[in-house]
Amino acid sequence: MKSKRFEVLSQRMVNQDGFVKEWPEVGMVAMDGPADPKPSIKVVNGKVTELDGKQRADFDMIDTFIADHAIKLGRAEEVCNMCSIKIAKMLCDVNVSREEIVAITTAMTPAKICEVMSKLNVVEMMMAMQKMRARRTPSIQCHITNVKDNPVLIAADAAEGSYRGFSEMETTVGIARYAPFNAIAILLGAQVGSPGVMTQCAVEEATELELGIRGITSYAETVSIYGTEPVFIDGDDTPWSKAFLASAYASRGLKMRFTSGTGSEVLMGYAEGKSMLYLEARCVFIAKGAGVQGLQNGSISCIGVPGAVPSGIRAVLAENLIASCLDLEVASGNDQTFSHSDMRRTARLLMQFLPGTDYICSGFSGVPNYDNMFAGSNVDAEDFDDFLVIQRDLRVDGGLRPVSEEEVVALRNKAAKALQALFKELNLSIITDEEVEAATYAHGSKDMPNRDVVADLKAAGQMMDRGITGIDIVKGLAKAGYQDIANNVLNMLKQRVSGDYLHTSSFLTNDFKIVSAVNDVNDYKGPGSGYRLEGERWEQVKNIPAAVDANELV
Amino acid sequence: MQFDEKLVRDIISEVLKNYNLGGANSATSTPSRSVSAASDIKFRELGTPTTGGPDEVFIAISPAFSLGQNQTISKLPHKDVLRELLSGIEEEGLKARVVRISHSSDVAAMASAAAKMSGSGIAIGIQSKGTLLIHQKDLPQLSNLELFPQAPLIDLPTYRAIAKNAAKYAKGQSPEPVPTKNDQMTRPKYQALAALLHIKETEYVDPNKQPVELGVSF
Repeated sequence: MKSKRFEVLSQRMVNQDGFVKEWPEVGMVAMDGPADPKPSIKVVNGKVTELDGKQRADFDMIDTFIADHAIKLGRAEEVCNMCSIKIAKMLCDVNVSREEIVAITTAMTPAKICEVMSKLNVVEMMMAMQKMRARRTPSIQCHITNVKDNPVLIAADAAEGSYRGFSEMETTVGIARYAPFNAIAILLGAQVGSPGVMTQCAVEEATELELGIRGITSYAETVSIYGTEPVFIDGDDTPWSKAFLASAYASRGLKMRFTSGTGSEVLMGYAEGKSMLYLEARCVFIAKGAGVQGLQNGSISCIGVPGAVPSGIRAVLAENLIASCLDLEVASGNDQTFSHSDMRRTARLLMQFLPGTDYICSGFSGVPNYDNMFAGSNVDAEDFDDFLVIQRDLRVDGGLRPVSEEEVVALRNKAAKALQALFKELNLSIITDEEVEAATYAHGSKDMPNRDVVADLKAAGQMMDRGITGIDIVKGLAKAGYQDIANNVLNMLKQRVSGDYLHTSSFLTNDFKIVSAVNDVNDYKGPGSGYRLEGERWEQVKNIPAAVDANELV
Repeated sequence: MQFDEKLVRDIISEVLKNYNLGGANSATSTPSRSVSAASDIKFRELGTPTTGGPDEVFIAISPAFSLGQNQTISKLPHKDVLRELLSGIEEEGLKARVVRISHSSDVAAMASAAAKMSGSGIAIGIQSKGTLLIHQKDLPQLSNLELFPQAPLIDLPTYRAIAKNAAKYAKGQSPEPVPTKNDQMTRPKYQALAALLHIKETEYVDPNKQPVELGVSF
């Protein structure tokens, strides 16, 4: 006989997920790996001679980079000898300020910060995150992509996404050669929906940098770093080459952060027997040492790996917290499909949503997941209303706002039409009225007619050969009669001259003012302090269209 | 989903065997090739490949392809996959040359290295788990002409279509790219398994070993 109870359970979505037992010898363990080093540091004449149990002569390139650039050495030996439980308590003690803790955490070694994390349960980590995130106001990022790389749809979805409240938006490609079109489409759409929203196009690094230099994107994030030497080498890189790339962005006034996450090293076969969190801690220290303003972490595209082992989702929260403890902006994941189970993916989301981070999702799929070319996100366009209701239920600010269908349709139409006009001005491929109409009302690329892909790729290639830049986009929009969008795009280009958005945790308001960890410092010190969802913003969050107004009942 | 327990056990025992847990044999890094995993493709080593004419496309197979593993993550036999790739190129009237890359298990690194040897400048790189891409010799290593990252979604006709496109690039044409498939639930279902398979692949990497051209018969 078979149990009917077990039959029902076996059909639950959670049992579609992959789970594996720990296998510490190859790094298939989330935290506290048996082979993780014990914390140690020795500083002689201002130089680190021993780091986490290794002598300088035995350092690999990552140890060397961290020892030379990532640790504040003044208090390093003192902090290493402090009781880890005591530091863990300080992290979740509302009476200890962020500033006091940062002085300690930035003097730690990777093994020491992992030891501190291992003392915290997830509620304590959330308490710590609420205090440790750099910017007072939480925010959120989204993905805008589609499986056909249809630029008209990207423009419309970007207009809707920026209007819904995302402060940063990211696109990528199915076919690499589409990158210039996708980058233009998301830039234009963002400035239609809500002026000041930053956009990026995640592609191969040289192309990504070139799009940025040309002013077609305003920031970059997909600059990946890894916690072991062989994985770095497989990516054709070193910590120094990544730092060099970071400075290339900075030199052109472009916002930039690195990306890393638990599970990447074991997925690439070179975890050297260390736990996922320890290797990720090394990545966070590399980001700190390279001087970038922030880090996207939280496992990211490898979430299936920590997600499959015990305490993996706790480790993912711990890695976000480590980034905040090192005083970096953190774009905290929740950006990749993680589970078939709605219950499980919500639990995973709440870890960052409840305390708030600089970017809770990095990103939320602003399109249906079948169109998400980052292989799907933990939350997608079909979750918009659920997300709004959870904000309202718990009075927590996740960064999104209720919208009406009329407003969204009008903005989508404007973005699609403007892109049609811009393509004509720049002599790119043709966008038909039929496509504009379809993009206005579409849910996803299944609602779009097919484009002539070969003609698009040819035009995109020529556009790069002709040296088209952000200024040409401004001119083209102005000439086509879209003066307002042209102004917004021009204002985005001006940011690169002032460079203020190179500050930690920056985003731009609708009138192009910077909000960052410099002018919006997280001053949380318990009840009555820090960011509170109140005033106008709370009124906005409360008023979801589905709520019945008693005054309107007759 | 529970992974096939036998598969996981096999991988674990094989890797542990080569992992030198005791540290006693740490000098020997080459894993012992398990005979049971040997596939029914017959390879003949032809030595270091030299660049030929413009009518050739290279297929770079990964360190453990048909050695340590003989099927993709979606259980397609390597024999069938390789046959489709060869047929796709031959159907376009070009010559397919197979080369085993041993210095890296990274699919971009493999394909980029092979593209630099290919007379047409075009190469396909394929890993044991079935992930593949089309590369061109002048592109940066991490770029590509077409990339198919979600191996569990690739079926045999798609492998053939990808090979046909590679041959068309080699002929100087601009083919319509093979439609990319996207299933957002591939990750939660397969990613941890992909990690186990890639660990097994990477056990076969020998950083000092040069690419070797292979004659193939089935």
